[in-house]
Amino acid sequence: MKINDALSGAALVALGAAVLWHIQGFPPMPGQKFGPAWFPGLIAAGLIACGALLAATRLRAATRDPLLALPAWARRARPLASLAAVVVGLVVYVLAVDTLGFHITAVALLIVWSRLLGAAWRFALPVAGGATGIIHLAFYKLLKVPLPWGLLKGVVF
Amino acid sequence: MTLAVLSQALSLVLDPYVLWVVFASAAFGLFVGAIPGLTATMATALLVPVTFFMPPVPAIAAIVTATAMAIFAGDIPSCLLRMPGTAASAAYTDEAYAMTKKGHGEMALGAGLVFSAVGGLFGTAVLITAAPALAEVALKFSSFEYFWLVVLGLSSAVFLTFGSPLKGVVSLLLGLLVAAVGLDNPAAFPRFTFGNAELSGGLTLIPIMIGMFAVSEILRNVAAMEQPWEMAQARIGNVFTGMWRLAKRYPLGILRGSALGTAIGALPGAGADIAAWMSYAISKKFSKEPEKFGTGHVEGIVEAGASNNSALAGAWIPSLVFGIPGDSITAIVIGVLYIKGLNPGPTVFMEKAPEMYAIFFIFIIANLLMLPLGVAAIKGAKQLLRAPRELLMPVILLFCIVGSFAINNSLFGVVLMLVFGLLAYVMEENGFPVAPAILGMVLGAMLEEHFISSMIKSDGRLLGFFERPIAGALGGLALLVIAWPLVRAWLERKGGKP
Repeated sequence: MKINDALSGAALVALGAAVLWHIQGFPPMPGQKFGPAWFPGLIAAGLIACGALLAATRLRAATRDPLLALPAWARRARPLASLAAVVVGLVVYVLAVDTLGFHITAVALLIVWSRLLGAAWRFALPVAGGATGIIHLAFYKLLKVPLPWGLLKGVVF
Repeated sequence: MTLAVLSQALSLVLDPYVLWVVFASAAFGLFVGAIPGLTATMATALLVPVTFFMPPVPAIAAIVTATAMAIFAGDIPSCLLRMPGTAASAAYTDEAYAMTKKGHGEMALGAGLVFSAVGGLFGTAVLITAAPALAEVALKFSSFEYFWLVVLGLSSAVFLTFGSPLKGVVSLLLGLLVAAVGLDNPAAFPRFTFGNAELSGGLTLIPIMIGMFAVSEILRNVAAMEQPWEMAQARIGNVFTGMWRLAKRYPLGILRGSALGTAIGALPGAGADIAAWMSYAISKKFSKEPEKFGTGHVEGIVEAGASNNSALAGAWIPSLVFGIPGDSITAIVIGVLYIKGLNPGPTVFMEKAPEMYAIFFIFIIANLLMLPLGVAAIKGAKQLLRAPRELLMPVILLFCIVGSFAINNSLFGVVLMLVFGLLAYVMEENGFPVAPAILGMVLGAMLEEHFISSMIKSDGRLLGFFERPIAGALGGLALLVIAWPLVRAWLERKGGKP
C-alpha cells in the first residue's frame, strides 16, 4: 500500500503532538534539568519536524499522487486474499487460542493459509498436522513452553 | 589470553551438543539464505526463541553459523534466478546472473562460496585481534565516549544508506519512541504504559523483531506468490574449478573487499549489504577492465562476496566490546547476549573469556564448514529452490507465533509481532528503512542514559562532549556521518555525475 508522503507526514506530526501532550503529565526530577519527559519530548519534536518536512516536500513537488494507492497486485483477488488471511489469521490466533487450544487453532490456520496460497489438499493436510506436531514436540515437550490445550484439555488428560 | 582460557574455550566448542547445533543451524542458514524472501536477519530472529532455551555458547554458535551460511547462500538464487537470497547479495545479483546466462554459473557460484569463506575468515581474524585490544581501550571510556558511539551507530544506520535520509530519521525516531516505553529510564518513571503491567517492563524486543524481519517478509512473499521461479541453469558442475586462478588474479581485490567489509561491519549501524554495495563499486572503480562490469564479469563478485561475509564478523566487534550493534543481525544478538548473561562491554573479555574465545572458534569453524556444506547446497539448489512456498510460508508463520509467545509465555508477544510486522511492511512499501528503527529500539535506553549523565557531568555545556580526546574524535566522526548526505550532494553537483 502506497501512502502519500503528505499523509504519512501529517500522521507523524499528529503522533509527535500526541506524545508532546501526553508527556506534560510527567513529573520533573527533583534538583535536575532532565526529567523523564526530556527524551520523549526531543523525539516528539523530531517527529513533528520530520513529518512537516516530509509533507512539505511532497506538496511542493509538481506531480500529484493520490493520498492512498494500492499496488497492481491488489486488484487481483488472490494476493489480496492471502495478505488479508495472514493478518486476520494472526488476530484469530490471539483471540481463539486460549479457548480452542494451540493444536486445533494451529492446524486450522495452517490449512486455511496453505490452501489460500494454492497448496493442494493432499499436501496442506499432512503439512498442517506434521508442522503442528513438530512444534508441539519442540516447544511444548522439549522447551516446556506452556502452549494452551484449550478444548483438548479434557481429551488429553 | 592464556592457554588455560583457550583450552577451556575449546572444550566448550568441542562439546557434541554444540557441534550438533552448529550443523543444524548451518543447514537452517543455508536453506533460509537460499530462498529469496527469507533473509539472514530473519534466520536470526527465528532462531532466537529456540536459542532462548540453550546454554550461552550453543545459543550464540547457532546464530553465528546460521548467519554466515545465509549470507553466502544468498548468492545461490542471485546466480540462478536473478533474485538475491539476502539483501547482502543484491549488489552483484545482476552480474552473477549475467555470468550464469553466459554459461559461467559454476564460476559465479564458486567465487561466491570460496571468497565468502575467505572474507569471513579475514573478518574473524580481525575480530579476534581487535575486539580484546579495543576492550582495553574501552575500559577507560566514560559516558561521553559511549554517547558518541551510540550517536555514530544511529547516524550510520540512517545516513550511510541509499534511501531518503529523512525517512531514515523518521524510522529512527519511531524506534527511539518504542525504546522510551516503560520504566527503563534514568528517572524510573513509567512512561507510556497507560497503567498496563505488560508495558511497564518496556516492549519486549524479540517479538517486535520477529514481526519486523519475519512477518513483514512473509506478507511481502504472499503478495507476490503468483510468479513461479525459473532457474537459468539446471545442472551445476564443479564450482571449485578455476578458483585458485581467480585468487592469484585478484589478490588486491580480495584483500580490499575483506578489509573494507570488516571496517563497514565494525562501524556501528552499517552492515553486510552496504559493505557489498561499496565493495562492488570500489572494485569497478579500480578495475583494469571496468567496462566488463555488468556483463557477467567475476571480479566484482570476488570482492563484494568477500566483503559481505567479512562484514558479518566485523559487526561483532562493536557489539561485543560496547554493546552497540554493528548491523541489524547483531542488534538481535545483543538481546541474546544479555539473556545469556554475557552482557556485552569491555569487561566481558575478562569475566567471560572462555565463552568469548569459544565464540571466536565458532566463527572459524562456521567459515570453514561453509565450503563443504556450501557445495552441498549448490548441488541441491534445484530442490532447494523448488521448496513449495505455499506450504513453507504458513509453517514459518506458525513458528513466528510460537516463538513470539515463548519469550514471555504471553499472547501480548504475538500481538506485538503482528503490529510491528504490519508496521514494517507498510514502512518498507513506502521507502522507510526498517534498520534504523531496530537500532533505535536497541540503543534508545543507552542513548538517554549516557546523554543525561554526560550533561550532568559537564554541567549542561554541550562543548564538554568534545573535551576528552577520544570523545572529541568520535563526536567529530559522528557529525561527519550526519553531514554525509550534504557532502555527497555537493560532490555530485561538482563532479556533474553521481
